Amino acid sequence: MSRLTDANIKLAKEIIGRYPRARSAIIPLLHLAQEQHGHITNAAIAHIGELVGATSAEVLGTCTFYEMFKMEPVGKYLVNICGTMSCALLGSDELMHRAEHTLGIKAGSTTADGLFTLEHAECQAACTEAPCLQVNYRHRYRVTPDQLDALIVDLRAGNLDGEIPPHGTVARVRQHIPAGRAVGAVAPEDATDPPVWLSTGPSINAKTPK
Amino acid sequence: MTLSDTATESAAESPADDAPPPDPNAVSVTLNGTTIIARKGELVIAAAERHGEYIPRFCYHDRMNPVGMCRMCLVEVDSGRGPQITVSCMVTVAPDMKIDTESATVKRMQEGVLELLLANHPLDCPVCDKGGECPLQDQTLAYGPGESRFVEEKRHYEKPVPISDLVFLDRERCILCDRCTRFADEVAGDAMIQFTSRGNNTQIATFPNEPFSSYFSGNTVQICPVGALTAQPYRFKARPWDLEQTESTCTTCAVGCRTVVQSSRNELLRYQGVDSDPVNWGWLCDRGRFNFEAINSDSRLAEPLVRTADGLVPTSWNAALSAAATLITDALAAGGAERIGVLGGARGTNEDAFAWARLAHDVIGSPNVYAQLGDGLPAGVLGLNRATIDDVASATTIVLLAPDLKEELPVLYLRVRDAVQNKRSKVIEFTPKPGGLTGQAWRSFGYEPGTQVGTVQQALADPVIAAQLAKGTVAIVAGRANLAETTAATVQALQALLAALPDAKVLPAFRRGNVVGALQLGMRPRPGGLDSRSTLMAAADGKIECLILVGCDPLADFPDTDLARRALAGARRIVAVDTFLTESSKHAHVVLAAAAYGEKSGTTTNLEGRVTTVSQQVTPHGTSRPDWMIATALSKLLGSDLGFTSVGEVTSAAARTVATYAGITTEALAQSPDGIVAEVPAGIDPINAVSSAVGRNSYDFRLVASRKLYDQAVGTAMSPSLAHLAVAATAHVHPLDIERAGVHVGSDVKLSSPKGSIIIRVEADETVVRGTVWVPFNQAGANVGELIDCTAVVTDLRIENL
Repeated sequence: MSRLTDANIKLAKEIIGRYPRARSAIIPLLHLAQEQHGHITNAAIAHIGELVGATSAEVLGTCTFYEMFKMEPVGKYLVNICGTMSCALLGSDELMHRAEHTLGIKAGSTTADGLFTLEHAECQAACTEAPCLQVNYRHRYRVTPDQLDALIVDLRAGNLDGEIPPHGTVARVRQHIPAGRAVGAVAPEDATDPPVWLSTGPSINAKTPK
Repeated sequence: MTLSDTATESAAESPADDAPPPDPNAVSVTLNGTTIIARKGELVIAAAERHGEYIPRFCYHDRMNPVGMCRMCLVEVDSGRGPQITVSCMVTVAPDMKIDTESATVKRMQEGVLELLLANHPLDCPVCDKGGECPLQDQTLAYGPGESRFVEEKRHYEKPVPISDLVFLDRERCILCDRCTRFADEVAGDAMIQFTSRGNNTQIATFPNEPFSSYFSGNTVQICPVGALTAQPYRFKARPWDLEQTESTCTTCAVGCRTVVQSSRNELLRYQGVDSDPVNWGWLCDRGRFNFEAINSDSRLAEPLVRTADGLVPTSWNAALSAAATLITDALAAGGAERIGVLGGARGTNEDAFAWARLAHDVIGSPNVYAQLGDGLPAGVLGLNRATIDDVASATTIVLLAPDLKEELPVLYLRVRDAVQNKRSKVIEFTPKPGGLTGQAWRSFGYEPGTQVGTVQQALADPVIAAQLAKGTVAIVAGRANLAETTAATVQALQALLAALPDAKVLPAFRRGNVVGALQLGMRPRPGGLDSRSTLMAAADGKIECLILVGCDPLADFPDTDLARRALAGARRIVAVDTFLTESSKHAHVVLAAAAYGEKSGTTTNLEGRVTTVSQQVTPHGTSRPDWMIATALSKLLGSDLGFTSVGEVTSAAARTVATYAGITTEALAQSPDGIVAEVPAGIDPINAVSSAVGRNSYDFRLVASRKLYDQAVGTAMSPSLAHLAVAATAHVHPLDIERAGVHVGSDVKLSSPKGSIIIRVEADETVVRGTVWVPFNQAGANVGELIDCTAVVTDLRIENL
């Protein structure tokens, strides 16, 4: 079964509760499903549809629009090497060749052990740090081919587990909106009070006093 | 603004006293140099079209929200800041707006858009099913650049993929206009097709193993502006230029959608919806759209049959009509006109019904005539303050005391759904089985059969509901939601509603094609006459000397199957007029082959009383004849001439005879394609106050039986594309009740009522009201009619393991 787990259903319902319309939660819930399995299964899509009151086809439409939602299994580590201008000028091709050689796969495929998936990527918004790459969307800057080899060794050995969680993990700290700061499930056209973020009150980021 | 401008404006604002006040909804704009008066809030594309300037478009459809997907409707609009290129389907008119639809820039834009649309669209029009009636083909010719700068290979996809049992998708041809997906989501509420992927890979898709199984899927094929969507019953059967067509009205159900009936080589090939503003807005349901296959069926009765020692054998019309006349004469001699019953007439035209009513009442003299078959409400419902479909779809509150409109009157469902979606109306639903509109309802009350009155009264006592009902207009849709109970409780509930809401209008949700027309034109009992139930009971007791079935199949349609069976066995003589040899007409001594829809002209009356034309497009199958012609011939043989020699004479005679049809002539109808609403004639008995005290007995459950869109009706069963969409009958039980009854999902159980028992599979269904069992009526497999006693107020049930 690849529907959402009980714990994630609970979380999903909390997420849905943040929006005036349940279907606004489709993208966060797709992230949740991807976190659970590393990729998004058809069963998870159908389950999300049930949770937000949309058809499976509608969830599928949203899911397939976004590159970062993977409908096929990917490795535990998704390595995206930037190939846009700055990185291209500073050696991203060489980096890609080395990655392909070291991992023994072509860009776009996954190693037999299911650990690595290699992808070309467009600009990762770190042009001053070119050439750059991402592992599970965590940046690595000014990477040389040798550093790339070392990175792969480290990832294999699990040395970076604390820093780079498995593919699909969006954040390891869950966002929880305190009741007093929640906007509440009111559609914009139905709202009568000013938006909650304009009101005075404790900041979402305020630290609990010790 | 210059001084002179201001002066002119103030002069315009203070008109002479005798001039009419300026229309607050009028907006003056300039279209291609001419000043036109548009309506406030009107889209530029619509205003231009209304003033004779057709702006090319693919995605824009006036019955759906604009999306600006295709960019074909680009025009130049100057709102005071100089001309700007704008999509005319996304911009509303504003005062003094200058619109140019023909400038050199617009022309260049149109050429550019078409060049891009054709970058991937195949140029194989000669082998495309849409060729000849294709908006892309036509507009390329009219507005395209003539040649393309693109030399690259076009995109290729697997050739057509089925997106449902009825509709095929060829993605290479799709131009991503969003019409089908918008229709599925906005209009039908079945968003099972969607755009998937992005950019160059964008395509229409369904979810794996969840096909686009909408009751309205055929509409997507009709509105597709290219050949991407094709429908199984028509695809590659004809070329558009070979089709002949005529405008008509669908008589599959009583909504009366306007259609175009198309044929080639004297064979019906396609129906298309016509946009009739008061009725169907261009939409059709798939059953109405595709059931022409039944008319083309080889199983149709091609000639009359007469019973001999060898059974029913084909014969000549002379022999068959004489035999029928002899049967009627013998019956008259044996028991008099009171012992003759005439049932049916609801499937034909007004003319058929009128001629048969004249034959039955005036020639034979029988008072026992009825167009309903024990599955509607008393005809008196017609005599209430009748609502039109527009009245319902614009009411502040719509009260549903009706069967599932999505299953029985699908296009009425679309109109009610649209009223809810666009926040015009709130729906309060009373139903024994939640269905298509439950999700749209503001309040939905599931009731156990027999408890309608209490449920309605309880709802009326709720101050929130009372406040809503007091807010504005109220329209009640009233019909038979459950065939496994008498009409008593529903009529009482309707009376309770009307007592509380005396101004409410009522739309009768009667189902069979022309049932309202038949009732209004005389297919109803004369004083002292029997209705269909009493006629069948008399027949079962051997008191009917001749039973005449006019397009009527009691074994399939009368709720109480046992009574229908006994009636057909007990009637001494049976004459049937039918298009197919049905289970009921197999019992007849004479079967007269009737012409079907599309094979005869005339008029029909929909559930709101709207009379529209029905047109002949092909010749009748074999030697079959229209019902009115059969009635006329029989009358002659019985010694009195009705005097009809053409269908137009019957129409005129009806207009002369029935007061409320006065003025509804062939000529008047030709002037008003949307039809003319005929008021209810006098003489229909009002609905009576009835009591229906229902006690609980030793049975645990109560039966709800109602129809699905696709059932064993001949129109569906004889249409190969539709027949397999009918599901086998299963008993739908709430999961908690399944546990209580100690049975298992998917296993066969015995359902017993005081009347009889059937073996049927159990299905878990959370929508079913607790304490009830829902079984679809007239489906393959177990026949729920065996459980129903048409004299019992409700049908109580026991569920037992085998």
